[in-house]
Amino acid sequence: MRRTMLYLPGNNPNMLLRGHLFGADGLILDLEDAVARSEKDSARVLVREVLKHREFDGCEVTVRINGLDTEFWRDDLAAVVPYGIHGVRVPKVETPQALANIDDALSAIESAASVPVGATKVFCLLETALGVWNAYDIALASPRVTAIIPGGEDLAADLRTSRSKEGVELEWARRMMIVAARAAGVDALDTAFPRVTDEDGLRRETEFTKQLGFDGKSVIHPNQIPIIHEIYDPTEAEIESAKKIVAAARDAAARGLGAVSVDGRMVDLPVVRRAEFTLERSGAMTERGRA
Amino acid sequence: MALNAVKRDIPSYIEGYGKTEEKLFAGAFARKPEGFSAGKRLRSRTPNDSTKFLGSIKEAIAASGIKSGMTISFHHHLRNGDFIVNQVLDECARAGIRDLTIFPTALFGVHKAVIPHIQNGVVRRIMGSVNGPIGQLVSEGGVEIPVVLRSHGGRPRAVIAGDVRIDVAFIAAPTADIGGNISGRAGKSACGALGYAFTDAEYANCVVALTDNLQHYPIAPISIPGIYVDFVVQVGSIGDPSGIVSGTTRVTRDPLRLLIARHASKLIEASPYFQDGLSFQTGAGGIPLAVTAFMKEAMKRRRVRGGFGLGGITGYFVDLLKEGLLKKLMDVQSFDQEAIESISSDPRHIEISADWYANPWNSGAAVNQLDVVILGATEVDMDFNANVNTEADGALLHGIGGHQDTAAGAKLTIIAQPLLRGRIPCVVDRVHTVTTPGEVIDAIVTEFGVTINPRRQNLIDACKETKGKDSVPLVPIDELAMRAKRMSGLMAPIRQADRVVGVVEWRDGTVIDVVRQIFPENISS
Repeated sequence: MRRTMLYLPGNNPNMLLRGHLFGADGLILDLEDAVARSEKDSARVLVREVLKHREFDGCEVTVRINGLDTEFWRDDLAAVVPYGIHGVRVPKVETPQALANIDDALSAIESAASVPVGATKVFCLLETALGVWNAYDIALASPRVTAIIPGGEDLAADLRTSRSKEGVELEWARRMMIVAARAAGVDALDTAFPRVTDEDGLRRETEFTKQLGFDGKSVIHPNQIPIIHEIYDPTEAEIESAKKIVAAARDAAARGLGAVSVDGRMVDLPVVRRAEFTLERSGAMTERGRA
Repeated sequence: MALNAVKRDIPSYIEGYGKTEEKLFAGAFARKPEGFSAGKRLRSRTPNDSTKFLGSIKEAIAASGIKSGMTISFHHHLRNGDFIVNQVLDECARAGIRDLTIFPTALFGVHKAVIPHIQNGVVRRIMGSVNGPIGQLVSEGGVEIPVVLRSHGGRPRAVIAGDVRIDVAFIAAPTADIGGNISGRAGKSACGALGYAFTDAEYANCVVALTDNLQHYPIAPISIPGIYVDFVVQVGSIGDPSGIVSGTTRVTRDPLRLLIARHASKLIEASPYFQDGLSFQTGAGGIPLAVTAFMKEAMKRRRVRGGFGLGGITGYFVDLLKEGLLKKLMDVQSFDQEAIESISSDPRHIEISADWYANPWNSGAAVNQLDVVILGATEVDMDFNANVNTEADGALLHGIGGHQDTAAGAKLTIIAQPLLRGRIPCVVDRVHTVTTPGEVIDAIVTEFGVTINPRRQNLIDACKETKGKDSVPLVPIDELAMRAKRMSGLMAPIRQADRVVGVVEWRDGTVIDVVRQIFPENISS
């Protein structure tokens, strides 16, 4: 479940040690944009030490490394991968070839550190037009790829436009991301909503991107988390209806029937799948007691 | 030396304070009063007596009969905007008066002008909270006689019981008439309730009201009647309005504080006290205000109608009153403009004295009716003892306020605090100073969850019954302390001298702890 993945500045011990308390599904310990060039080394050490603590309360833990066009990314990987993180978030991925480089580097570090090779997943940030265009190939370039994420500010700039309140400039890239992710069998995660005090704006954007099909959204402020969860969490009525559908489908399968009827309405396979997905979400929701 | 009930070593005699053997803290409700309340000088006024009204502080000092060595008192309703304490001491200095004991209900940063008067001998002793630069001076041994710290309820108790005799009370009065009737509701220096001034007016041997808003006799409504007031002095200005009232405080957006507030709110909701008639006190800090906001949400959701809100009143409590979520407000101190307007116009918003609010030695203070209170602390320990007086370097920088009184009175006392402030742990093995004993503290709430005093098994059970979104995350105290240690590392012990610079009294007048002199190199702030 990746409804929310919270960015934590890699140079802020206060947030790094407490980020898991805010109820996000995942954490992104950020070595890239949140950290000034002069602080890259110290942030890397800090993030490594926090990873050693291993206190993340069941959150999926990832690290955003510096871009493949910088001198930092290999050191970043070497510092964090040995501590068994779930994945790395790689900025500005443009081509499948980039994945090959990452893949090699990760495998070498994993085998040296006795981490199962392939255990570290890759979340690809597609922050340029070229990256978005190659989304499907990138998603398939390595079995490590688990999600693709469209860029926000960077992508808007690369498209020679700027971010608007309505987000029209990102709309096509977002739709493209869903199609590519589903075709490749990975998650589609949306970019963060930048205006942290605009709760209505966040709500509108999340409702829209959830409807497009996104699995979740990056988060840059803890106060955004409950709003996004509220939108993603199924309502009581949806859960009840899903329970009925799944039960009816199981009953029909047991009796060797093809078609199922629930409350006088025919239910086919996609509807059953969606109901199962709803239950999966609600189950995970109560299990972790998240707000 | 002898150990009191919270295992603190108290010297049997403290220079400048006296013997402690009969006054060792023995438990929150152990000490009972005997005998009768203190009296005061009898006085009379005849008709056509025009000597009550005076034109300057200088005249008032002469008329009041202040002499060297006397005790003079002040209230702190003008907070950081107060002009009176400094002006009165300046005039005393000019009149050659020395060795005064000042007995304020609290001092603020603006009162750092008292320091020269301490150094030149005009002020010899402070009985009351010290903070900021004065606290630093006291901590380093710059005041000869130990300061005595009392709670908002302990202070009127000490006056009424005769522990402290006030020779002259100076009462800053936002509005007064020539008969000496006083109100805090109107005037350019309006402060709303005058709760802390009542006992001083009733028990001082001489009462001087100072006002910058003199009205015809009589004003209405009246907080303190003129029958207690010996002199009325008209001055240019008693205070700076910008330091007296804060603007509307907004609920914090700090995610950590919001998280703590949410945990606290869930605990209250899970407790047996969350029902119609619920009374609570939350004060004006960032976390308490956020708890108030979350509780408002919960009360609406669960259709619970509260009883009364108590203590220092903010606009948030006024909103709860207006929306029908609280039926009454009992206000000892009005924090902001909304509270001042409300107490001036809404009869459900009741002004109460500190005696009425919190004194343990009367026939039942308001705190005794309190269900829930949210408090802070600089540190708490494994025994749930709380320290609100000293900082991590041992410096005496904060007063007690209503901490002891509300903790003792409320059915559910919550300390809501981040686990660390910066790199300083707030949960420790043993607090440096015990202000409030663990026996009256029920829960500590940090960002890591809710830690309940094992004495309160019913609360633990209630929290365990919570589920899903409402579930209260429980953390045992030893785990909390261990987390703090792991995050901050071990703190070096505070180097201190034997000399006692402060005596912390429990609200019943017993000694719960002492504060010792620290060395300047300890002080980081």
